[in-house]
Amino acid sequence: MILEMTLPIPSGTRDVLPDEMRERHGVVAALRDVFSTHGYGEISTPAVEYASVLERAGVSASGDAADPRFRSVDEHGETLVLRSDMTVPIARLVGSRFSDAPLPIRLSYQAHLYRAIVPGRGQSREVLQAGVELVGAGAPDGTAEALTVLVGALKAVGLGDARVAVGDASIFPALLTGAGVGDEQQAAILHELATRDLVGLEREIRAACDAATAEMLLDLASRRGGTEVLDALTDPRAIEATSGVRQIVERVGDDARSHLILDLGLTLKLGYYTGAVFEVYAPGQGHAIGGGGRYDDLLGRFGRDLPAVGFALDVDALHTALVGKARGSWRTGWAAGGAVAPVAAPPVGDQPVGTHAPIAGGTNPSEVSS
Amino acid sequence: MNPFGLRIAVPRGVMMKPTLDALDRVGVDTREVRENDRKLLFADAGIVTMRPSDVATYVESGAADIGVTGKDVLMEQRTRDVVELADLGYGPCKMVLASIAGDPDPAEEALRRLGVMRVATKYVTIATRYLEATGRQAEIVEVKGSVELAPLTGMVDAIVDLTATGTTLRENGLVVREEIATSTARLIANPAAHRLRAAEVDALRGALLGA
Repeated sequence: MILEMTLPIPSGTRDVLPDEMRERHGVVAALRDVFSTHGYGEISTPAVEYASVLERAGVSASGDAADPRFRSVDEHGETLVLRSDMTVPIARLVGSRFSDAPLPIRLSYQAHLYRAIVPGRGQSREVLQAGVELVGAGAPDGTAEALTVLVGALKAVGLGDARVAVGDASIFPALLTGAGVGDEQQAAILHELATRDLVGLEREIRAACDAATAEMLLDLASRRGGTEVLDALTDPRAIEATSGVRQIVERVGDDARSHLILDLGLTLKLGYYTGAVFEVYAPGQGHAIGGGGRYDDLLGRFGRDLPAVGFALDVDALHTALVGKARGSWRTGWAAGGAVAPVAAPPVGDQPVGTHAPIAGGTNPSEVSS
Repeated sequence: MNPFGLRIAVPRGVMMKPTLDALDRVGVDTREVRENDRKLLFADAGIVTMRPSDVATYVESGAADIGVTGKDVLMEQRTRDVVELADLGYGPCKMVLASIAGDPDPAEEALRRLGVMRVATKYVTIATRYLEATGRQAEIVEVKGSVELAPLTGMVDAIVDLTATGTTLRENGLVVREEIATSTARLIANPAAHRLRAAEVDALRGALLGA
């Protein structure tokens, strides 16, 4: 069927119709419930901010995902940007609105963010994120709390089989500084680590370090798994550098711990992380569906020098993971895929959606739930 | 499924045979793949075959857990989020800047007299970044097929292309002016599989490097 007229929307954006919206609300409701149960108050901030304010975070210089790509100029000649992450606006909010609030401050959000995309990768310019920021709670207790909330959130939306990779952005800088590696070589090594090029990593590390140190660093960068990853370390420098990860593992409960994958080589491309970093993976999904970490230096740039930790989940990626579990398997032949996974129960409102004019593909949940 | 339980993306073309040989040595039965030139997906062996430039796409998306492709592909598709696990060493070739043989180099002449050189390539990202990094203005012309034709017809002054032996360049009267990078086969993994299937990924990587 060729429609008479379809007006385009920008690449990387899309319309959401009632069926999807109902299910998305179910995901968001489940997340909100977990966040508020743990004492996180929901906030909202403007989608547009002054570029000069967000630049205090130092993210725009690093050219990463948090670099705002949508800019305009207001009537006073100030540059405005559409926010590209929520951590920096919340750092601004805490510095300005919570300047003497008792600690810790627990905040949650669900907000649309705007990013640059690489065409042809199914990436979104407009991303709906839900997450929390825990301000004024240092490592390791604050980090353990954030991970506990994160695992609780994943389970609440029905993704109990998702896993959180946990690393520490301070491990490699500390070890490299200890080994006397200069800033320039450190930057090269950290770049290979962040872009996950283990061949380049080996080349750079061997060029910068003595053989024993190089072995230790390369071994560390490749270790992923449970607590045995930490137990197997023998080099005292490695044990010392990973003590932060060990403390986190000791402080989270058994249930949350069973959802963690320690990844000692994990670093994130975002420049502001100072300690623990997280990435969330779900079976059948090739990409991380969420992430976060500790950013103890960020708040100070916005007027309140406080340690902080947070995470964000991509709501549509969670939804895709719930709907599309079967998509992760090879469909040989054309047999129907596995059963569609249940999506977090959509809240059936008082006013059934079916009272509206029928929309193609729209189904009233009350009609199908029987 | 193979003993590693991983879905492996194997590149067609010159890297296919050494890749299948390496997989055979570590206990993946690749007979069906060798005997069947048109089939693409081999569920029993856990292998999918595709052109090398598609391997990073399938691995990034998670449709394959692990795969083999050239460093040239990874350099060209530099924003792909995959883990580069190991240099497998085979399939060596060079990314070069070449132009029609003789003195002066027509590309340098164009740059000196016209301020810009026209360069044909299949590797737009690599060519653009290299010419930028070496401070030369260039007009990049993307072609899909035999790049050697482009300077012969006068469409461009030089090409950026991959060469293993240099035979094709020579036979078309072209000479290598600059070597941009060397490329060998790389083992890559999907970042989610790298964490969620860490033991299996490490087992296959270790076996391939030890074999």
